[in-house]
Amino acid sequence: MPTEKMTENIIEIHGLNSFYNRRQVLFDITFAIPRHRVTVIMGVSGSGKTTIFRHLTGLKTTTEGQIVVDGRDLGAFSETMLMQYRRRIGVLFQSGALFNSLSLTENIAMPLRVHTKLASETIRIMALMKLNLVGLAEFCDYMPSQISGGMKKRAGLARALIMDPEMLFVDEPSSGLDPITAAGLDRLILKLREVHDMTIVVVTHELESAFKIADSIVVMDEGRVLAAGRPEEILDSKDQRVKQFLDREADPVKEHVDAYYERLLGTSGRSR
Amino acid sequence: MLNPVQTLGAWALRRVFFAGRLGLFFLNTIRSMMRPPGKFWPTVTQIQFIGAKSFVVIAFTAAFTGMVLGLQGYHTLTRFGSEGWLGSAVGLSLIRELGPVLSALMVTGRAGSAMAAEIGIMRIEEQIDALECMAIDPYSYLIAPRFIASIISLPLLTSFCNALGILGGYVIGVKLLGVNEGSFWDSLITSVDWNDIYMGLVKSVCFSLLIVWICTYKGFYAGVDEGSFGPQQVGRATTDAVVISSIAVLVGDYVITSLLL
Repeated sequence: MPTEKMTENIIEIHGLNSFYNRRQVLFDITFAIPRHRVTVIMGVSGSGKTTIFRHLTGLKTTTEGQIVVDGRDLGAFSETMLMQYRRRIGVLFQSGALFNSLSLTENIAMPLRVHTKLASETIRIMALMKLNLVGLAEFCDYMPSQISGGMKKRAGLARALIMDPEMLFVDEPSSGLDPITAAGLDRLILKLREVHDMTIVVVTHELESAFKIADSIVVMDEGRVLAAGRPEEILDSKDQRVKQFLDREADPVKEHVDAYYERLLGTSGRSR
Repeated sequence: MLNPVQTLGAWALRRVFFAGRLGLFFLNTIRSMMRPPGKFWPTVTQIQFIGAKSFVVIAFTAAFTGMVLGLQGYHTLTRFGSEGWLGSAVGLSLIRELGPVLSALMVTGRAGSAMAAEIGIMRIEEQIDALECMAIDPYSYLIAPRFIASIISLPLLTSFCNALGILGGYVIGVKLLGVNEGSFWDSLITSVDWNDIYMGLVKSVCFSLLIVWICTYKGFYAGVDEGSFGPQQVGRATTDAVVISSIAVLVGDYVITSLLL
């Protein structure tokens, strides 16, 4: 197979529209994911971040718009090409998505067992190395039901890294983690980019984490891209909704709560 | 005025969509049987779950069904002075009809519901998505071993059900009610021929396919149509799997019987 010309961007999204049943959830999404960089897609809950995540990992397809990976349209991939693409990527789902009937080691070893002809002992050692990387080596024989949610997420990350992927997609890495573990995960993501030159896409709504790790940021709201660029460009954005998001002012729940108490108590709801 | 027409049209389109998806699910499963990952040990595990662990419930079902057949058959046949044909009545009823149908219904309730629930939970916890993202065919990993195991297990369970049911009828008819032992076995042997056994086998294979197809399909697509992935969707998928499989077994029984008789 001829090697594709290496461009600065490994993935480019052009005019992506996405629907669930007949409800449109993404509107004309256009941005690029640079190679060997950490791109953070962030926004409030329901802004469409996870839908983009599903499109980038090939779990959702659309006929409106294009996702171009290394110069080729992901939507036009045959089954074989899609399988090849997925062997280049690692994916960490929000819940970890570990298989309940397998131990942590067996979970992490699964891609190696299916896709390689390595000896069982070699596979086990490689799985243990990845578990060690995420600080779970001593839990290698535990079942997923015996560990916490945060540990499941770390084990899921170990599994996503087992095939040494070119690209890593991470959905809400910090959710359910304590601040120390979340910070450790951020450091790991930066290390992966630094040491392995990995292209990493992180979907999150954690502002602090996003600005710590991102080389580029895409801010989403109600299925649209509000802003895309380097972190300093996002911070300097003049867009009112971007500023509200960064300042945590765009909180529709708070507006409803205030209105509710105003009607109930005849006050603004603030404490005396 | 157009609303009822629109509603009917939308309903019909949805049914066609579901039928098409069910058919594609079956074809994908058949195709996946030739692909990695290897299926030997997963299939053995499923044979143990679907077959071996259904043994006890089948044994109880068979024993008591045979005993009831013996009891009812005796009291009916004595009216015509034909209690000597009890073995034939029990044997034919079990081998042609009750063995395959009751075994299928028991396996649906036990293993079918568990399959739907397990795969449904994997769906809502994104484990099936994780398989796809690891370039592992979920049909090959999850569904095909269950198909193979079901096709192997149910005919064996049916045969066991028939044997134990006949034994149950023998105990009641011969030992309790005094039917002549020689008449019992002689009537069984002379009445049951290869066509009866063939019919029972064909039914059990067809039922096994129907059960595993419907139950795994329901689990695989739990919550997908609603776009909502939670315990309620798994519960609904499991209930639908059992109900639809049971109806499919009963309807399939009539169709196969009418074709083979």
